[in-house]
Amino acid sequence: MSVLIEIRDLLVKRGDHPALEVDQLSIEKGEVLAVVGPNGAGKSTLLLSLARLLRPARGEILFDGQPAARESDTAYRRRIALVMQDPLLFDTSVFENAASGLKFRGVGRDEIARRVPVWLERLGVAHLSKRRAGRLSGGEAQRVSLARALVLEPELLLLDEPFAALDPPTRARLLADLKSLLSETRTTTIFVTHDLAEAGQVAGRMAVIIGNRLRQVGRPGELASAPGERDVAEFLNHHF
Amino acid sequence: MIFDAEIFQITLLSLQISALATGLSLAIGLPFGTLLALGKFPGRSFLLSMVNTGMGLPPVVVGLFVAMMLWRSGPLGDLKLIYTPTAIVLAQVIISFPVVSGLTAAALQALDPRLRLQLYGLGASRPQMVWMLWREARLPLLAALMAGFGSVISEVGASMMVGGNIRYQTRVLTTAIVLETGKGHFDIAIALGVLLLAITFLVNWALTWIQQQGARR
Repeated sequence: MSVLIEIRDLLVKRGDHPALEVDQLSIEKGEVLAVVGPNGAGKSTLLLSLARLLRPARGEILFDGQPAARESDTAYRRRIALVMQDPLLFDTSVFENAASGLKFRGVGRDEIARRVPVWLERLGVAHLSKRRAGRLSGGEAQRVSLARALVLEPELLLLDEPFAALDPPTRARLLADLKSLLSETRTTTIFVTHDLAEAGQVAGRMAVIIGNRLRQVGRPGELASAPGERDVAEFLNHHF
Repeated sequence: MIFDAEIFQITLLSLQISALATGLSLAIGLPFGTLLALGKFPGRSFLLSMVNTGMGLPPVVVGLFVAMMLWRSGPLGDLKLIYTPTAIVLAQVIISFPVVSGLTAAALQALDPRLRLQLYGLGASRPQMVWMLWREARLPLLAALMAGFGSVISEVGASMMVGGNIRYQTRVLTTAIVLETGKGHFDIAIALGVLLLAITFLVNWALTWIQQQGARR
């Protein structure tokens, strides 16, 4: 498999403080990588950097072998999609929400009318197409938010704790649906979570971020059996 | 004695001047308020305080300033604008522009700050991001427009000072009311007052209707 993302010697600051350091991390095409760690460790900083919403103070992120500076931020962001912890839907219909990213990309009306219903159907919210976003339940809203991102068929999907605010049964159903959609579409995905069980269920590999630094990357079993550092072991023991 | 045709002319002029002034305030105030809400530049909070102070600018002070600028011997005297409808529009724009800017900034700052990140994360360009934020804040933005219109249609001090209340030229509803009251013609003054209130109500009713069409259902 070829590499989609290559991070080298990355330092991201927030204010004067280092928010994230990554010596090296590569993500292969089609891979689902979970990013785990305690709250405030720097997981979301990694996602925001990958979405070019934060500028690194040092280091580089290669996307498909190309350095970040090759294309404008907007052109780059149109190859990816970001889903945040809160659905942050726009105050319009479910259909218009799901169509918004396609409209930003200048996709024609006919194609929008063809693609959006497919993804609303896949996420199980097609029957809500005309409903106002503000009248959805938490689970429905997050499904629309996922549809809004997946309809873009992004080269890289960034998920920032998308299920953290949902109740356990809703979360379990959504997680199962997401897992099958990701394996079906083979979308390269970075999935931030503080729930190790959730991470193990969806992702092939896990990256552990503790104290604003990427500590270790590996398969869930490898990490559990051979944690590289003491605080990685403590974090894994505490959460598994 | 004021005749029906004259009342009609005064009413039309009032509406034209205030609509134009509100339109211009929106054209300047919406982008400026957006810049104040979303921009990061030195002096931003100072400018925001200035704009917020400007929301309570006394019209007579604005009238004094504009009159001094446009006075024949003033810096812009050569433009020969004093005692013209244009002078009234200019003064009214100065009165309502801070209202529109300040309320625009407040409306946009009330939105979830992560909405910008989410819009960018879905591939929005900067203009697309701003457009979407305006859409999200459309209810308070229409309220800003109503407040802007309200601040000029009801204003009398500046219109009197820079317009001069010249019959058939710069006489508007508010200045006509002052004149008729001064002459003791309370019946005409009351009629004009009712007319002014009715117009203000109708315009706000129309804007409220538009606003509520866009309200969450």
